[in-house]
Parts: sequence; C-alpha cells; structure tokens
Amino acid sequence: MNRTIARLTLRGLLSPRRLMLLALIPLVLLGVAVLLRLLVTDMPVDLGVGVVSSLAIGTMLPLVALICGTGAIATEIDDGAIVYLLAKPIPRATIVITKYVVAVGATILLAVIPTALASVILLGADAGLVAGYGVAALVGALAYCALFLLLGVVTKQAVVAGLLYVLLWESLIGGAVPGAQALSIQQWALSIGAKISGDGLLSAAVKMPVGAALLVAVAGFGLYFAINRLRSLTIAGDS
Amino acid sequence: MTVIQVDHVSRWFGNVVAVNDVTMTIGPGVTGLLGPNGAGKSTLLHMMGGFLSPSTGTVTLDGAPTWRNQEIYRHIGLVPERESMYDFLTGREFVVANAELFGLATPGADAQVAIDTVEMEYAADRRIATYSKGMRQRIKMASALVHQPSVLLLDEPFNGMDPRQRMQLMDLLRKMGAEGRTVLFSSHILEEVEQLAHHIEVMVAGRHAASGDYRQIRRLMVDRPHKYTVRTSDNRALAAALIADASTSGVEFDPREDVLHVQAVDFVGFTRRLPKVAREAGIRLFEVSPTDESLESVFTYLVGAR
Repeated sequence: MNRTIARLTLRGLLSPRRLMLLALIPLVLLGVAVLLRLLVTDMPVDLGVGVVSSLAIGTMLPLVALICGTGAIATEIDDGAIVYLLAKPIPRATIVITKYVVAVGATILLAVIPTALASVILLGADAGLVAGYGVAALVGALAYCALFLLLGVVTKQAVVAGLLYVLLWESLIGGAVPGAQALSIQQWALSIGAKISGDGLLSAAVKMPVGAALLVAVAGFGLYFAINRLRSLTIAGDS
Repeated sequence: MTVIQVDHVSRWFGNVVAVNDVTMTIGPGVTGLLGPNGAGKSTLLHMMGGFLSPSTGTVTLDGAPTWRNQEIYRHIGLVPERESMYDFLTGREFVVANAELFGLATPGADAQVAIDTVEMEYAADRRIATYSKGMRQRIKMASALVHQPSVLLLDEPFNGMDPRQRMQLMDLLRKMGAEGRTVLFSSHILEEVEQLAHHIEVMVAGRHAASGDYRQIRRLMVDRPHKYTVRTSDNRALAAALIADASTSGVEFDPREDVLHVQAVDFVGFTRRLPKVAREAGIRLFEVSPTDESLESVFTYLVGAR
C-alpha cells in the first residue's frame, strides 16, 4: 500500500460529481427495496431473495465493481498519467495492490453496504440471509475488482470487455444455460452466501468449496497478471 | 556524474523499425536529441527512461540496465511529452505527490523548492485543469526536479511554449547542465537545439545520423545547396550576372513578387560572392533571405552525406 497512490486513485475515481452519479445506482436499489416493503404486505421471502440476488448481487455489484475496478487504473493508462507513478522507485506490485484496495473500498461503499441494507429492508427478519448476502457481496467485490483491474491493464476496451462479461456471460448466457453459471463470479459469491445463510433459501450453481476456491483463484491470478503486465507496460509516445 | 550508455540498440514494433542500431553516450551537460518527427527520438527516450525494452542491445544508466529497474528513478527526472497529469490536483498538490512518491523526507519543502525553480509559485494553488500548455510544461518540470535527479530526460519540452517561457526553460536547463547534471532533451527544431545544447545527437529515420558539437552539425547542414530569395534594383540583370557565376546553380525570376529565387551551390561561397557580383554589375541589393526549407530536407542531406 502506498498512501499517495491511494489518495490520487481515490480522488480520480470518486470526484464529488462522479460520486453523486455513482450513488444513484445503490439509491435505485434501496428505493426499490423500500417501495416493495411499503407496497407489498406480508412480503414473501422468495420475492426479497429474488430482488437481492438479481438486482443487488447480479446487477449492481458487478456494474459498480466494473466502474471502480477499471476506473482505478484504466483512465491513467489511457491518458498516460500512469507514467508519473511508474517513473518512481516504487514496486509495480505496490501500485496494483494499492489501486485494488481503493477499488474494493469504493465498491464496498457503493455496492456491498447497499446490498446489506437492501437485504435488511427486504429480509430483515432472516439474519442468516442478511449475513449471507452481505458476505456474498463482499467476496464478489474482491473477485470482480481484481478481474476488472486486470482488464484495465491489459486492454483499452476494459469497460466494454467487462460489460460483455457481466451482461452477456453472467446475465444472459448464465441465465439461460445452467452450465455457464458454474463459471461466473456471481454464482461463486452466492455459493459462499448460501453456506452462511444456511437455510436453503439462497442457492447457487456451485458448491461452496468450489466457489471459494475459484474466487480466490480469480482474485489471485487477476492481481498477479495485472502486476506482471504493468511491469512490462510500454508507454507509447505520440509520434 | 551519471552517464547514459546506449549500446547497439534497435527497437521495432511489428514490421516497423523505430530505432536502428543506435550507439551513443550521454554524459553530463546539456545534450540535444535532434531529428524530424518520427525519427525515433521518443522511442529512444522511452528506452532510456525504462519504459520500453530494446529489441536488441542495451541501455544502461551508470552501468545499470534501465528496463524493469525501478531503482533508476531515484536518479532520473522525466518530463514526458504527453499533457495528461492529474488534472484534478493543484500544481502544488501534484508536485508534493511526486515528492512523496519519490519517498522524500520533506515533500512539502522539496516541492516548494521545485515550484520556485520553475517560477510557478503564482499559479501553484490553481487546479492543473486550468493551466496553459506552458504552465503544464513547467509543473511537469517541477515534478521531475523535485528529487534533485542527476539525469533529466525531456521529450519535446519546448512544444507549445511561448518565446518567454522557452527562454526561461532554456536558462533553467543550462543551469542544470552547468551543475553537472546529465540533461537530454529531444526536439525537431534545429534552432532550439542549437541555442541550448553544445552537444547534439541527430536521429533520422531511426538511425543515429550525426553526433557532436553543434558547430560541426551546423556546418554539415549548411555546407550544401541552399535557396535564397533576393530582391534588388534590377532583378533581371542580377539573374544574368549570377547564372554566369560559379556560386549559383539556378535562378528563377518571379515577376509577380518581383524577386529572384536563387539556388546556390553552397552556403558559405554564395553569401561571399553575392555582394561582389551585385557590385560589379552596379545593382543594389534590397533583400537577401534564405528560403525556409523543411527540416526534413536538411536531414535527408545530412544522412546522405554520411
């Protein structure tokens, strides 16, 4: 961790205006949760589980992680400002890890905590489910951010690539083809949440040990390759 | 004292050879890296700054390779050509951040020294987003100087600067060179390099075309056919007299502008002969000006001459 890099990354990532715009995403989720709570009397647990699983874990978490993960590094690589970090006697690993921590922190603020809040609003009575969703969102954030940070280092089209993964693979294909679900961060994260909630309402396409192992693998490899790639990142000149 | 050694370095991108078997030694003092756009200057600077691996050959800083060696940045100050910085910071915040990243013990004080050096105190607390190109250039300089590096690498530092800013920066670089630092800057403008650097390395089309004292380089460049625009009391008569003289290889009379375009055989010979020829023919010279030629043609000549 390097405090200066963290500060620069955070200020670049969450300018007041951007923070206000980004905050709309969790606010929509919380708005939906409050509305449902007020309008539906005797809310079935299924409905609450469905909303938190698809809206919070399935949509908001990956989108926020995508914005934070790529935004933490891709913008600087794109405009060349990264050179001011690279031309310093600082290990590349420190740069990547610091940016990862900042991205995860921002995702916790904008997606993990709102997910926990939404599950309190919708499923308040079931402490197991609330804890399950909170933890699922947290481990999901850890894996997503590593993946999207890596995308930010390896491709200029990081946001597009990330959106394709989230919308096409996880939502569309994952929703239609059961086998594809086994290869999605969302399901791996939910497998841990399911284990914690313990009452069978929260389900996932993979078993907990598999999901946990794959999450660790994605986060680990993502960071490892990002560090490696940054080490040999060449700064293209204008001419 | 720090020396950058470039040893038989080539660098290609796919099929394009950007730098072709270049060997040079850059020592203390100010050195100008001169060449037209696309000559490979930036590629070479990037390799010196450790941002690009040579395809073959080695680039070292006092014997240590620059590629994948973050320790070199304790000794290198880098002024990139690209404009982007952390625009949401103020100039001071940016320089302080750089000082912190270098691990300096007193970042605030060191940043202040650097800001004073580039004379940016008056705008240091404004956001970089509001800076002009010249101001950005100077704050970049401050960020590169903040750790008192022994090597300063600058990529086209004078681009977009007004004449006053240019002079200030030249003074600053001269001072740094005089202090024994190794200062290397790239430029595609001969006059710029000539004013500042005593030692010049010329790059053309990826090749190391010439190296040495600016006078030598200048001579290489001027000792060649040149074009002049001449306005006189009797253009047609002078045209006749000139074409009869050995110093001239061609004359064109432009009736619309009422001037002569003269192709001289060589720079020195022609400037000596012209007044004599005119006097002998009883013609008064009103204007003699060398026609501005593209630098590329000068370089083409330079490469051909080797």
